[in-house]
Amino acid sequence: MGAVVRLLWQTVFLAIGQVWANKVRAVLTALGIIIGVASVISVISFLNAGRDWMLDQIDSQVGSRTMWIWGDVPDAQRGVMSWADVRVNTTEARLLLERAPSIEDLTPMCNRSWEIGYGKETVRGASVRGVWASWHDVESRQVVLGRPLSRIDNEERRHVCLINEVAIEELKLDVDPVGDYLLINGRRFLIIGVLETKESGGIFGGGQPRTELYIPFNTHKMMDPYSGTWFQANMVDAEQADETQAEVRFVLRTHRGLSGDDEDTFEMEIVASAIDFFNNFAMVITGGATVVVAISLFVGGIGIMNIMLVSVSERTREIGLRKAVGAQPPVVLMQFLVEAVVLCVIGGFVGLAFAFVLTLIPKAVPDFPLDEVPLSAVAVAIGMGFSALVGVVFGILPAIKAARLNPIDALRHE
Amino acid sequence: MNPASTPSDVTIDIRGMRKIYRVGDETVRALDGVDLTIRNNEFVAIMGASGSGKSTLMNILGCLDQPTTGRYVLNGKPTHKMGMSRLARVRNEEIGFIFQSFELLSRASSLKNVMLPMLYSRRHLFSARRRAKRALDLVGLADRMGHRPNQLSGGQRQRVAIARALVNEPSILLADEPTGNLDSKTTVEIIELFRRLHRQGQTIVIVTHEEDVAGHAERIVRLRDGKVISDAATDEDPIHRDWVRRMAEGRGSMVEVTDAEHELNAMADANKPGPEVRRGWFGKKRPAEGSTVLPGGDDESGAV
Repeated sequence: MGAVVRLLWQTVFLAIGQVWANKVRAVLTALGIIIGVASVISVISFLNAGRDWMLDQIDSQVGSRTMWIWGDVPDAQRGVMSWADVRVNTTEARLLLERAPSIEDLTPMCNRSWEIGYGKETVRGASVRGVWASWHDVESRQVVLGRPLSRIDNEERRHVCLINEVAIEELKLDVDPVGDYLLINGRRFLIIGVLETKESGGIFGGGQPRTELYIPFNTHKMMDPYSGTWFQANMVDAEQADETQAEVRFVLRTHRGLSGDDEDTFEMEIVASAIDFFNNFAMVITGGATVVVAISLFVGGIGIMNIMLVSVSERTREIGLRKAVGAQPPVVLMQFLVEAVVLCVIGGFVGLAFAFVLTLIPKAVPDFPLDEVPLSAVAVAIGMGFSALVGVVFGILPAIKAARLNPIDALRHE
Repeated sequence: MNPASTPSDVTIDIRGMRKIYRVGDETVRALDGVDLTIRNNEFVAIMGASGSGKSTLMNILGCLDQPTTGRYVLNGKPTHKMGMSRLARVRNEEIGFIFQSFELLSRASSLKNVMLPMLYSRRHLFSARRRAKRALDLVGLADRMGHRPNQLSGGQRQRVAIARALVNEPSILLADEPTGNLDSKTTVEIIELFRRLHRQGQTIVIVTHEEDVAGHAERIVRLRDGKVISDAATDEDPIHRDWVRRMAEGRGSMVEVTDAEHELNAMADANKPGPEVRRGWFGKKRPAEGSTVLPGGDDESGAV
């Protein structure tokens, strides 16, 4: 065992010496490996950085723990079931808060476009949403002026509303409108607060900001009991999305008395699905990159095999001598295999260096969305692993050729 | 450095050895029934013209090749029954091989070259460097350990090769035309080194076609057409005695020496006129056979 380790050790040094003695040849030979490894590492690193960046974006916009739940008629029952039958309601909202521990917070929501009036100004088709007080936490939007909605506002069906800054602009309200009244669908509402404006942009584009009003959920239902309703919830842990969905499904199915074969009469959606979308996109890119990498590694491997065959034939006498002094065929095989692997791994390191340089480019480019592209450890491992694998796969044939050489013929070789 | 002590007195035992090649439809009998016994601590020269089978015999003795039929027992080990890997081990542990063209690794220092056989050995795992130094010291190259072959003279290179052959303490030292690439002065040095090793108990088998090199051996085995035609102590070998006589008479005369060569070849190979071209140093003025040799000290004897 000790002898094998020592032999391997010395063989590695011998191989490094070989490569060093033929630097230019080695670099040209390993070019395919260098390109392959550089592309593997940089593509994976960029995709990882892109996903992290996107998760950050989602977090800053809605929070990656966000989940939506709404009633839905299964396709098969479109004829016998109405939308009103499956609509989610506040009873279910309370049930979920009570029985689904993976739901941290939840608010029912409903939405309608109504006409808004203030003095002589009118805004048509403004979005008016009914929410619980917990909405402030679920969507993490606080007020910059006035007070947030409270549970009592909801329970007493008060005519109070929160507005955003765009509404102040469009309705030409006071700079501090708290305490003023405006008309929603002809009813008088007291403005109790102004909401902070969320930074828009990023992947959701944002677009033109619109007038938004938030009123207590029960007040909204009183004005229009038939408006579409859904829950917006925060999961305890975004990583546990599957478990959370299972819990919600169980609670709702139990409550709705659905038995084994019945289809769900509700739907849910999590922000994580946006990540799924990105993953699909990343998969396409990875697929394309894999083809490129596979081709360059294959071509690189052919180059390695070629140079190793040259190496075997130009060192035939040396092989003959090694055999004459007692090198057994497997030992000679290993020596040339190690040399091919060392050549490939050195190519891998050069490729790694190139990939590192590539990941520095975003810093140099102004306005590029990604600032830091850290080298992915997995990518480095894959790249190096593949380069070593190429060395083994394409080095085995020349190594076998060397191991099979007859010592007498090898020593006579010119 | 003493050779490994052998259980029996007989180091090499060859019986009925044949080596037959097929080249196309033709069958070449390179060795045709050779019997040979070499005892421990013998110094044997194998001689013969080109095509006599001496190289084939040497390759088989060195376990680089295997006989078609016949037995070859080396130091009690029946090598004719062995496969490639076991033969490689025998080469490593029992045989020190010296080549005409040295076969040193050009990129490696003398020390590394001498350490090469131990790289493939299970013994001497931790003593490789020490042993290599000792072997180089033995051949008088203690001060050339860090030199590469291209920084050494031909004689020094061959001595590195000898150190490499000795480093694993082989039971036999096989030299295939060890002085073929060397000038006269270096040849004398190398031969003296062989004699010294022999005095210390090393079994040596040397292939040569130079009578004066063979003259240092105890015994001369002559081959022709794959058969042993003569096997006698050096003093009793008729061809060698004749050669010594002619050398003594025709000392210094280029013509006579050349004539003697022709006759010798004719004697050795009666049916094949046209002898090999000999090395030039035969024509040089030199002392009578075996009288004196230069000490093996290391001086610059000119690059090859």
